[in-house]
Amino acid sequence: MEPIIHIDKLNLYYDQFQALKNMSLDIPEKAITAFIGPSGCGKSTLLRTLNRMNDMIPHTRIEGSVRIAGRDIYGEDVEVETLRKQVGMVFQQPNPFPKSIYDNVAYGPRLHGIKDRATLDQIVEQSLRQAVLWEEVKDFLKRSALSLSGGQQQRLCIARAIAVQPDILLMDEATSALDPISTLKIEELAQELKDRYTIVMVTHNMHQAARISDRTVFFLNGEIVEADDTSKLFSTPQDSRTEDYISGRFG
Amino acid sequence: MIQRREFDQNLEELRQLLREMGEHVGHALRESIISLQSLDVSKAKGIIAQDLKLNEMEEEVMEIGSRLIVTQQPVAKDLRRIIVAFKISSDLERMGDLAVDIAKVTLRLEGQTLIKPLIDIPKMSELVELMVEESLQSYLDENTDLAYKMAKDDDEVDHLYSQMISELYSIVIHHPDSLQQVMLLTLVGRYIERIADHATNIGESAVYLVTGHRPDLNQ
Repeated sequence: MEPIIHIDKLNLYYDQFQALKNMSLDIPEKAITAFIGPSGCGKSTLLRTLNRMNDMIPHTRIEGSVRIAGRDIYGEDVEVETLRKQVGMVFQQPNPFPKSIYDNVAYGPRLHGIKDRATLDQIVEQSLRQAVLWEEVKDFLKRSALSLSGGQQQRLCIARAIAVQPDILLMDEATSALDPISTLKIEELAQELKDRYTIVMVTHNMHQAARISDRTVFFLNGEIVEADDTSKLFSTPQDSRTEDYISGRFG
Repeated sequence: MIQRREFDQNLEELRQLLREMGEHVGHALRESIISLQSLDVSKAKGIIAQDLKLNEMEEEVMEIGSRLIVTQQPVAKDLRRIIVAFKISSDLERMGDLAVDIAKVTLRLEGQTLIKPLIDIPKMSELVELMVEESLQSYLDENTDLAYKMAKDDDEVDHLYSQMISELYSIVIHHPDSLQQVMLLTLVGRYIERIADHATNIGESAVYLVTGHRPDLNQ
Protein backbone atom coordinates (compact mmCIF):
# COMPACT_ATOMS: atom_id res chain seq x y z
CA MET A 1 0.00 0.00 0.00
CA GLU A 2 1.38 3.39 -1.06
CA PRO A 3 1.51 6.11 1.59
CA ILE A 4 -0.70 9.05 0.65
CA ILE A 5 0.03 10.94 3.86
CA HIS A 6 3.61 11.41 4.96
CA ILE A 7 4.15 12.99 8.36
CA ASP A 8 7.70 13.94 9.18
CA LYS A 9 9.11 15.05 12.56
CA LEU A 10 5.91 16.82 13.50
CA ASN A 11 5.81 18.87 16.70
CA LEU A 12 2.72 20.78 17.76
CA TYR A 13 2.47 23.20 20.66
CA TYR A 14 -0.50 24.87 22.29
CA ASP A 15 1.32 27.83 23.86
CA GLN A 16 3.97 26.16 26.04
CA PHE A 17 2.30 22.75 26.02
CA GLN A 18 3.68 20.28 23.50
CA ALA A 19 0.76 18.13 22.32
CA LEU A 20 2.60 16.22 19.56
CA LYS A 21 6.21 15.19 19.96
CA ASN A 22 8.41 14.47 16.97
CA MET A 23 5.87 12.34 15.14
CA SER A 24 6.72 10.60 11.90
CA LEU A 25 4.19 8.38 10.20
CA ASP A 26 3.19 7.11 6.76
CA ILE A 27 -0.50 6.51 6.13
CA PRO A 28 -1.29 4.17 3.24
CA GLU A 29 -3.71 5.02 0.48
CA LYS A 30 -7.15 3.39 0.21
CA ALA A 31 -6.96 1.65 3.56
CA ILE A 32 -8.33 2.29 7.02
CA THR A 33 -5.84 3.54 9.57
CA ALA A 34 -6.99 3.71 13.20
CA PHE A 35 -5.49 5.94 15.88
CA ILE A 36 -5.81 4.54 19.39
CA GLY A 37 -4.55 5.62 22.80
CA PRO A 38 -5.76 6.99 26.12
CA SER A 39 -7.35 10.45 26.41
CA GLY A 40 -4.91 13.27 25.87
CA CYS A 41 -2.40 11.14 23.97
CA GLY A 42 -2.48 13.32 20.85
CA LYS A 43 -4.46 11.09 18.49
CA SER A 44 -7.26 13.61 17.81
CA THR A 45 -4.75 16.45 17.60
CA LEU A 46 -2.80 14.60 14.92
CA LEU A 47 -6.02 13.80 13.05
CA ARG A 48 -6.90 17.49 13.08
CA THR A 49 -3.54 18.50 11.66
CA LEU A 50 -4.37 16.47 8.56
CA ASN A 51 -6.90 19.03 7.35
CA ARG A 52 -5.56 21.94 9.39
CA MET A 53 -8.43 22.08 11.84
CA ASN A 54 -5.89 23.15 14.47
CA ASP A 55 -5.47 26.44 12.59
CA MET A 56 -8.60 27.61 14.36
CA ILE A 57 -7.09 27.14 17.81
CA PRO A 58 -5.14 30.25 18.87
CA HIS A 59 -1.49 30.04 19.93
CA THR A 60 -0.94 26.81 18.03
CA ARG A 61 2.54 26.32 16.64
CA ILE A 62 3.62 23.57 14.29
CA GLU A 63 7.06 22.30 13.27
CA GLY A 64 7.90 19.55 10.81
CA SER A 65 5.82 18.64 7.79
CA VAL A 66 2.64 16.90 6.72
CA ARG A 67 2.64 15.95 3.05
CA ILE A 68 -0.47 14.73 1.32
CA ALA A 69 0.08 13.25 -2.14
CA GLY A 70 3.52 14.79 -2.08
CA ARG A 71 2.45 18.33 -1.16
CA ASP A 72 3.21 20.04 2.15
CA ILE A 73 -0.24 21.05 3.44
CA TYR A 74 1.29 23.68 5.70
CA GLY A 75 3.06 25.26 2.72
CA GLU A 76 2.37 28.93 1.93
CA ASP A 77 0.62 28.21 -1.35
CA VAL A 78 -2.00 25.92 0.17
CA GLU A 79 -5.59 27.13 0.38
CA VAL A 80 -7.24 25.64 3.42
CA GLU A 81 -10.65 25.36 1.66
CA THR A 82 -9.14 23.33 -1.16
CA LEU A 83 -7.34 21.16 1.38
CA ARG A 84 -10.57 20.48 3.26
CA LYS A 85 -12.27 19.48 0.03
CA GLN A 86 -9.52 16.95 -0.45
CA VAL A 87 -9.58 15.88 3.22
CA GLY A 88 -13.11 15.58 4.60
CA MET A 89 -14.05 15.07 8.22
CA VAL A 90 -16.80 13.32 10.15
CA PHE A 91 -17.18 14.20 13.81
CA GLN A 92 -18.21 12.43 16.98
CA GLN A 93 -21.66 13.99 17.13
CA PRO A 94 -23.61 13.86 13.88
CA ASN A 95 -23.86 17.50 12.82
CA PRO A 96 -26.23 17.84 9.88
CA PHE A 97 -27.17 21.38 8.88
CA PRO A 98 -30.75 22.39 9.74
CA LYS A 99 -31.65 21.96 6.08
CA SER A 100 -33.21 19.25 3.95
CA ILE A 101 -31.44 15.94 3.41
CA TYR A 102 -30.85 16.96 -0.22
CA ASP A 103 -29.41 20.36 0.67
CA ASN A 104 -27.07 18.86 3.23
CA VAL A 105 -25.44 16.69 0.59
CA ALA A 106 -25.57 19.36 -2.13
CA TYR A 107 -24.04 21.98 0.18
CA GLY A 108 -20.38 21.21 -0.56
CA PRO A 109 -20.72 20.81 -4.34
CA ARG A 110 -22.71 24.09 -4.51
CA LEU A 111 -20.02 25.82 -2.47
CA HIS A 112 -17.53 24.65 -5.07
CA GLY A 113 -19.61 26.17 -7.86
CA ILE A 114 -21.82 23.38 -9.14
CA LYS A 115 -25.22 24.84 -9.99
CA ASP A 116 -26.65 22.51 -12.61
CA ARG A 117 -29.65 20.74 -11.10
CA ALA A 118 -29.17 17.43 -12.90
CA THR A 119 -25.49 17.28 -11.88
CA LEU A 120 -26.43 18.05 -8.27
CA ASP A 121 -29.16 15.38 -8.34
CA GLN A 122 -26.65 12.89 -9.55
CA ILE A 123 -24.05 13.81 -6.91
CA VAL A 124 -26.68 13.66 -4.15
CA GLU A 125 -27.91 10.24 -5.21
CA GLN A 126 -24.43 8.85 -5.70
CA SER A 127 -23.19 10.17 -2.37
CA LEU A 128 -26.21 8.87 -0.49
CA ARG A 129 -25.82 5.50 -2.20
CA GLN A 130 -22.15 5.33 -1.23
CA ALA A 131 -23.12 6.18 2.35
CA VAL A 132 -25.71 3.36 2.22
CA LEU A 133 -28.50 5.79 3.07
CA TRP A 134 -30.20 6.22 -0.32
CA GLU A 135 -32.78 3.44 0.04
CA GLU A 136 -33.88 4.83 3.41
CA VAL A 137 -34.29 8.47 2.34
CA LYS A 138 -34.86 8.56 -1.44
CA ASP A 139 -38.57 9.35 -1.04
CA PHE A 140 -38.01 12.08 1.55
CA LEU A 141 -35.12 14.11 0.22
CA LYS A 142 -36.88 17.37 1.03
CA ARG A 143 -37.45 16.36 4.62
CA SER A 144 -35.31 18.01 7.31
CA ALA A 145 -32.07 16.20 8.04
CA LEU A 146 -32.81 16.65 11.72
CA SER A 147 -35.76 14.25 11.41
CA LEU A 148 -33.34 11.36 10.80
CA SER A 149 -32.13 9.03 13.55
CA GLY A 150 -28.63 9.49 15.00
CA GLY A 151 -27.17 6.68 12.91
CA GLN A 152 -28.82 8.01 9.74
CA GLN A 153 -27.60 11.51 10.52
CA GLN A 154 -24.05 10.21 10.82
CA ARG A 155 -24.33 8.43 7.45
CA LEU A 156 -25.73 11.68 6.03
CA CYS A 157 -22.63 13.47 7.33
CA ILE A 158 -20.50 10.87 5.58
CA ALA A 159 -22.53 11.41 2.38
CA ARG A 160 -22.01 15.15 2.77
CA ALA A 161 -18.27 14.65 3.21
CA ILE A 162 -17.91 12.43 0.13
CA ALA A 163 -20.14 14.64 -2.05
CA VAL A 164 -17.12 16.89 -2.73
CA GLN A 165 -15.09 13.85 -3.80
CA PRO A 166 -12.33 13.97 -1.22
CA ASP A 167 -9.30 11.66 -1.31
CA ILE A 168 -9.21 11.26 2.43
CA LEU A 169 -11.91 10.91 5.07
CA LEU A 170 -11.08 11.68 8.68
CA MET A 171 -13.37 10.19 11.29
CA ASP A 172 -13.07 11.52 14.82
CA GLU A 173 -14.77 8.94 17.05
CA ALA A 174 -17.53 8.87 14.46
CA THR A 175 -19.48 6.07 16.15
CA SER A 176 -19.03 6.85 19.83
CA ALA A 177 -22.43 8.59 20.06
CA LEU A 178 -24.26 5.80 18.22
CA ASP A 179 -26.06 2.62 19.28
CA PRO A 180 -24.45 -0.77 18.41
CA ILE A 181 -26.52 -1.36 15.24
CA SER A 182 -25.78 2.10 13.84
CA THR A 183 -22.15 1.63 14.81
CA LEU A 184 -22.06 -1.63 12.87
CA LYS A 185 -23.54 0.10 9.81
CA ILE A 186 -20.90 2.84 9.93
CA GLU A 187 -18.19 0.21 10.33
CA GLU A 188 -19.48 -1.71 7.29
CA LEU A 189 -19.73 1.54 5.39
CA ALA A 190 -16.12 2.42 6.23
CA GLN A 191 -15.05 -1.02 4.94
CA GLU A 192 -16.82 -0.33 1.64
CA LEU A 193 -15.57 3.22 1.31
CA LYS A 194 -11.93 2.27 1.67
CA ASP A 195 -11.92 1.03 -1.91
CA ARG A 196 -12.33 4.66 -2.98
CA TYR A 197 -11.02 6.72 -0.08
CA THR A 198 -8.23 6.72 2.43
CA ILE A 199 -9.82 6.62 5.87
CA VAL A 200 -8.13 7.76 9.05
CA MET A 201 -10.13 7.25 12.22
CA VAL A 202 -9.72 8.06 15.86
CA THR A 203 -11.51 5.56 18.06
CA HIS A 204 -11.83 4.94 21.77
CA ASN A 205 -13.17 1.51 20.97
CA MET A 206 -10.13 -0.72 20.61
CA HIS A 207 -12.14 -3.60 19.27
CA GLN A 208 -13.49 -1.34 16.55
CA ALA A 209 -9.92 -0.60 15.51
CA ALA A 210 -9.16 -4.34 15.60
CA ARG A 211 -12.31 -5.17 13.59
CA ILE A 212 -12.14 -2.75 10.72
CA SER A 213 -8.77 -1.07 10.33
CA ASP A 214 -5.85 -2.23 8.20
CA ARG A 215 -3.25 -0.28 10.14
CA THR A 216 -3.31 0.79 13.77
CA VAL A 217 -1.25 3.51 15.39
CA PHE A 218 -0.87 3.60 19.17
CA PHE A 219 -0.30 6.99 20.81
CA LEU A 220 0.84 7.80 24.32
CA ASN A 221 1.67 11.15 25.91
CA GLY A 222 1.96 12.95 22.59
CA GLU A 223 4.16 10.32 20.99
CA ILE A 224 3.60 7.54 18.49
CA VAL A 225 4.62 4.39 20.32
CA GLU A 226 3.88 1.88 17.59
CA ALA A 227 2.35 1.76 14.11
CA ASP A 228 1.78 -1.58 12.42
CA ASP A 229 -0.63 -3.80 10.52
CA THR A 230 -3.67 -4.11 12.75
CA SER A 231 -3.55 -7.90 13.00
CA LYS A 232 0.09 -7.70 14.05
CA LEU A 233 -0.36 -4.88 16.53
CA PHE A 234 -3.20 -6.67 18.27
CA SER A 235 -1.53 -10.09 18.26
CA THR A 236 2.17 -9.45 18.75
CA PRO A 237 2.78 -5.80 19.63
CA GLN A 238 6.46 -4.89 19.67
CA ASP A 239 6.34 -2.36 22.51
CA SER A 240 5.34 -3.40 26.02
CA ARG A 241 3.37 -0.13 26.45
CA THR A 242 1.20 -1.11 23.48
CA GLU A 243 0.64 -4.56 24.98
CA ASP A 244 -0.26 -3.02 28.35
CA TYR A 245 -2.71 -0.59 26.79
CA ILE A 246 -4.53 -3.06 24.55
CA SER A 247 -4.65 -5.57 27.41
CA GLY A 248 -6.40 -3.04 29.61
CA ARG A 249 -3.55 -2.48 32.05
CA PHE A 250 -3.96 1.31 31.82
CA GLY A 251 -5.92 3.98 29.97
CA MET B 1 -12.04 -3.29 27.88
CA ILE B 2 -10.72 -6.12 30.00
CA GLN B 3 -11.54 -6.18 33.69
CA ARG B 4 -8.01 -6.85 34.66
CA ARG B 5 -8.26 -8.28 38.16
CA GLU B 6 -10.92 -10.87 37.47
CA PHE B 7 -9.26 -11.74 34.19
CA ASP B 8 -5.88 -12.31 35.88
CA GLN B 9 -7.53 -14.49 38.49
CA ASN B 10 -9.13 -16.63 35.81
CA LEU B 11 -5.85 -16.92 33.91
CA GLU B 12 -4.20 -18.13 37.11
CA GLU B 13 -6.98 -20.67 37.49
CA LEU B 14 -6.20 -21.98 33.99
CA ARG B 15 -2.51 -22.25 34.85
CA GLN B 16 -3.22 -24.21 38.02
CA LEU B 17 -5.58 -26.54 36.17
CA LEU B 18 -2.90 -27.31 33.59
CA ARG B 19 -0.31 -27.85 36.32
CA GLU B 20 -2.68 -30.30 37.97
CA MET B 21 -3.37 -32.06 34.66
CA GLY B 22 0.39 -32.36 34.09
CA GLU B 23 0.91 -33.97 37.50
CA HIS B 24 -1.96 -36.32 36.77
CA VAL B 25 -0.42 -37.37 33.44
CA GLY B 26 3.03 -37.91 34.99
CA HIS B 27 1.47 -40.11 37.64
CA ALA B 28 -0.62 -42.08 35.13
CA LEU B 29 2.39 -42.74 32.92
CA ARG B 30 4.53 -43.86 35.87
CA GLU B 31 1.82 -46.13 37.23
CA SER B 32 1.00 -47.61 33.83
CA ILE B 33 4.62 -48.73 33.39
CA ILE B 34 4.72 -50.18 36.93
CA SER B 35 1.49 -52.05 36.25
CA LEU B 36 3.00 -53.41 33.05
CA GLN B 37 6.26 -54.47 34.68
CA SER B 38 4.43 -56.41 37.39
CA LEU B 39 1.38 -57.20 35.23
CA ASP B 40 -0.70 -55.69 38.03
CA VAL B 41 -4.23 -55.73 36.63
CA SER B 42 -5.90 -53.87 39.47
CA LYS B 43 -3.39 -51.00 39.21
CA ALA B 44 -4.07 -50.89 35.48
CA LYS B 45 -7.81 -50.66 36.09
CA GLY B 46 -7.21 -47.82 38.54
CA ILE B 47 -5.37 -45.82 35.86
CA ILE B 48 -8.23 -46.34 33.40
CA ALA B 49 -10.78 -45.18 35.97
CA GLN B 50 -8.79 -42.08 36.93
CA ASP B 51 -8.61 -40.88 33.33
CA LEU B 52 -12.14 -39.52 33.71
CA LYS B 53 -10.77 -36.82 36.01
CA LEU B 54 -8.36 -35.67 33.30
CA ASN B 55 -11.18 -35.38 30.77
CA GLU B 56 -13.17 -33.30 33.23
CA MET B 57 -10.24 -30.97 33.80
CA GLU B 58 -9.86 -30.50 30.05
CA GLU B 59 -13.57 -29.60 29.86
CA GLU B 60 -13.04 -27.07 32.63
CA VAL B 61 -10.15 -25.44 30.77
CA MET B 62 -12.36 -25.16 27.67
CA GLU B 63 -15.17 -23.71 29.73
CA ILE B 64 -13.08 -21.04 31.49
CA GLY B 65 -11.17 -20.13 28.32
CA SER B 66 -14.28 -19.79 26.15
CA ARG B 67 -15.97 -17.65 28.78
CA LEU B 68 -12.94 -15.36 28.97
CA ILE B 69 -12.82 -14.95 25.19
CA VAL B 70 -16.52 -14.14 25.00
CA THR B 71 -16.72 -11.81 27.97
CA GLN B 72 -13.33 -10.09 27.92
CA GLN B 73 -12.33 -10.16 24.24
CA PRO B 74 -8.64 -10.50 25.07
CA VAL B 75 -5.91 -9.56 22.59
CA ALA B 76 -2.18 -10.15 22.13
CA LYS B 77 -0.54 -12.22 24.88
CA ASP B 78 -3.77 -12.45 26.86
CA LEU B 79 -5.39 -14.17 23.89
CA ARG B 80 -2.37 -16.41 23.41
CA ARG B 81 -2.57 -17.47 27.06
CA ILE B 82 -6.03 -18.84 26.38
CA ILE B 83 -5.25 -20.39 22.99
CA VAL B 84 -2.22 -22.07 24.57
CA ALA B 85 -4.31 -23.34 27.52
CA PHE B 86 -6.72 -24.99 25.05
CA LYS B 87 -3.89 -26.58 23.13
CA ILE B 88 -1.94 -27.79 26.17
CA SER B 89 -5.02 -29.21 27.87
CA SER B 90 -5.84 -31.17 24.73
CA ASP B 91 -2.22 -32.46 24.52
CA LEU B 92 -2.39 -33.50 28.19
CA GLU B 93 -5.72 -35.19 27.69
CA ARG B 94 -4.27 -37.21 24.78
CA MET B 95 -1.27 -38.16 26.93
CA GLY B 96 -3.70 -39.44 29.55
CA ASP B 97 -5.42 -41.54 26.89
CA LEU B 98 -2.06 -43.01 25.88
CA ALA B 99 -1.31 -43.95 29.50
CA VAL B 100 -4.70 -45.66 29.50
CA ASP B 101 -3.71 -47.51 26.31
CA ILE B 102 -0.59 -48.78 28.11
CA ALA B 103 -2.74 -49.89 31.06
CA LYS B 104 -4.99 -51.76 28.63
CA VAL B 105 -1.95 -53.70 27.37
CA THR B 106 -1.44 -54.89 30.97
CA LEU B 107 -5.06 -56.09 30.96
CA ARG B 108 -4.49 -58.01 27.74
CA LEU B 109 -1.38 -59.65 29.17
CA GLU B 110 -3.23 -60.86 32.26
CA GLY B 111 -2.10 -64.34 33.31
CA GLN B 112 0.99 -64.34 31.06
CA THR B 113 4.65 -64.08 32.02
CA LEU B 114 6.76 -61.38 30.37
CA ILE B 115 9.15 -62.82 27.79
CA LYS B 116 11.95 -60.74 29.29
CA PRO B 117 12.38 -58.17 32.04
CA LEU B 118 11.50 -54.74 30.68
CA ILE B 119 14.55 -52.48 30.34
CA ASP B 120 14.16 -50.02 27.50
CA ILE B 121 10.47 -49.34 28.15
CA PRO B 122 10.99 -48.09 31.74
CA LYS B 123 14.05 -46.13 30.57
CA MET B 124 12.02 -44.48 27.80
CA SER B 125 9.14 -43.84 30.11
CA GLU B 126 11.37 -42.21 32.74
CA LEU B 127 12.83 -39.90 30.13
CA VAL B 128 9.38 -39.05 28.75
CA GLU B 129 8.08 -38.37 32.24
CA LEU B 130 10.89 -35.84 32.64
CA MET B 131 9.93 -34.32 29.26
CA VAL B 132 6.33 -33.96 30.37
CA GLU B 133 7.43 -32.27 33.56
CA GLU B 134 9.86 -29.95 31.79
CA SER B 135 7.46 -29.06 29.00
CA LEU B 136 4.86 -28.01 31.52
CA GLN B 137 7.44 -26.15 33.56
CA SER B 138 8.55 -24.29 30.43
CA TYR B 139 4.93 -23.19 30.01
CA LEU B 140 4.39 -22.28 33.67
CA ASP B 141 7.65 -20.29 33.88
CA GLU B 142 7.44 -19.04 30.28
CA ASN B 143 10.94 -20.42 29.88
CA THR B 144 11.68 -20.96 26.17
CA ASP B 145 15.20 -22.27 26.85
CA LEU B 146 13.74 -25.11 28.87
CA ALA B 147 11.28 -25.86 26.04
CA TYR B 148 14.13 -26.19 23.54
CA LYS B 149 16.22 -28.28 25.95
CA MET B 150 13.28 -30.61 26.61
CA ALA B 151 12.66 -31.10 22.88
CA LYS B 152 16.23 -32.36 22.43
CA ASP B 153 15.42 -35.32 24.73
CA ASP B 154 12.92 -36.47 22.13
CA ASP B 155 15.85 -37.65 19.98
CA GLU B 156 16.96 -39.97 22.79
CA VAL B 157 13.40 -41.26 23.10
CA ASP B 158 13.31 -42.02 19.38
CA HIS B 159 16.68 -43.76 19.68
CA LEU B 160 15.49 -45.95 22.58
CA TYR B 161 12.31 -46.71 20.66
CA SER B 162 14.11 -48.01 17.59
CA GLN B 163 16.56 -49.94 19.77
CA MET B 164 13.60 -51.55 21.52
CA ILE B 165 11.93 -52.45 18.22
CA SER B 166 15.04 -54.23 16.88
CA GLU B 167 15.42 -56.15 20.11
CA LEU B 168 11.79 -57.26 20.06
CA TYR B 169 12.09 -58.30 16.41
CA SER B 170 15.07 -60.50 17.16
CA ILE B 171 13.10 -62.10 20.00
CA VAL B 172 10.17 -62.88 17.76
CA ILE B 173 12.48 -64.49 15.21
CA HIS B 174 13.78 -66.95 17.81
CA HIS B 175 10.48 -67.32 19.70
CA PRO B 176 7.65 -67.09 17.16
CA ASP B 177 5.09 -67.98 19.83
CA SER B 178 5.85 -64.68 21.59
CA LEU B 179 4.48 -62.70 18.64
CA GLN B 180 1.38 -61.40 20.39
CA GLN B 181 3.31 -60.15 23.41
CA VAL B 182 6.01 -58.58 21.23
CA MET B 183 3.39 -56.72 19.24
CA LEU B 184 1.77 -55.42 22.40
CA LEU B 185 5.11 -54.28 23.83
CA THR B 186 5.92 -52.58 20.52
CA LEU B 187 2.65 -50.73 20.88
CA VAL B 188 3.63 -49.63 24.39
CA GLY B 189 6.85 -48.19 22.97
CA ARG B 190 4.80 -46.41 20.35
CA TYR B 191 2.45 -44.99 23.00
CA ILE B 192 5.34 -43.66 25.08
CA GLU B 193 6.89 -42.15 21.98
CA ARG B 194 3.57 -40.43 21.19
CA ILE B 195 3.47 -38.98 24.71
CA ALA B 196 6.90 -37.47 24.05
CA ASP B 197 5.52 -35.88 20.86
CA HIS B 198 2.73 -34.27 22.88
CA ALA B 199 5.33 -32.99 25.35
CA THR B 200 7.18 -31.28 22.51
CA ASN B 201 3.83 -29.81 21.41
CA ILE B 202 3.53 -28.29 24.89
CA GLY B 203 7.04 -26.91 24.55
CA GLU B 204 5.98 -25.34 21.22
CA SER B 205 2.97 -23.80 22.94
CA ALA B 206 5.25 -22.33 25.61
CA VAL B 207 7.43 -20.73 22.92
CA TYR B 208 4.34 -19.47 21.09
CA LEU B 209 3.01 -17.94 24.29
CA VAL B 210 6.20 -15.98 24.81
CA THR B 211 7.10 -15.03 21.23
CA GLY B 212 3.84 -15.17 19.27
CA HIS B 213 5.48 -17.57 16.82
CA ARG B 214 5.09 -21.34 16.80
CA PRO B 215 8.39 -23.17 16.24
CA ASP B 216 8.62 -26.79 15.09
CA LEU B 217 10.32 -28.65 17.93
CA ASN B 218 9.46 -32.03 16.45
CA GLN B 219 12.18 -31.93 13.80
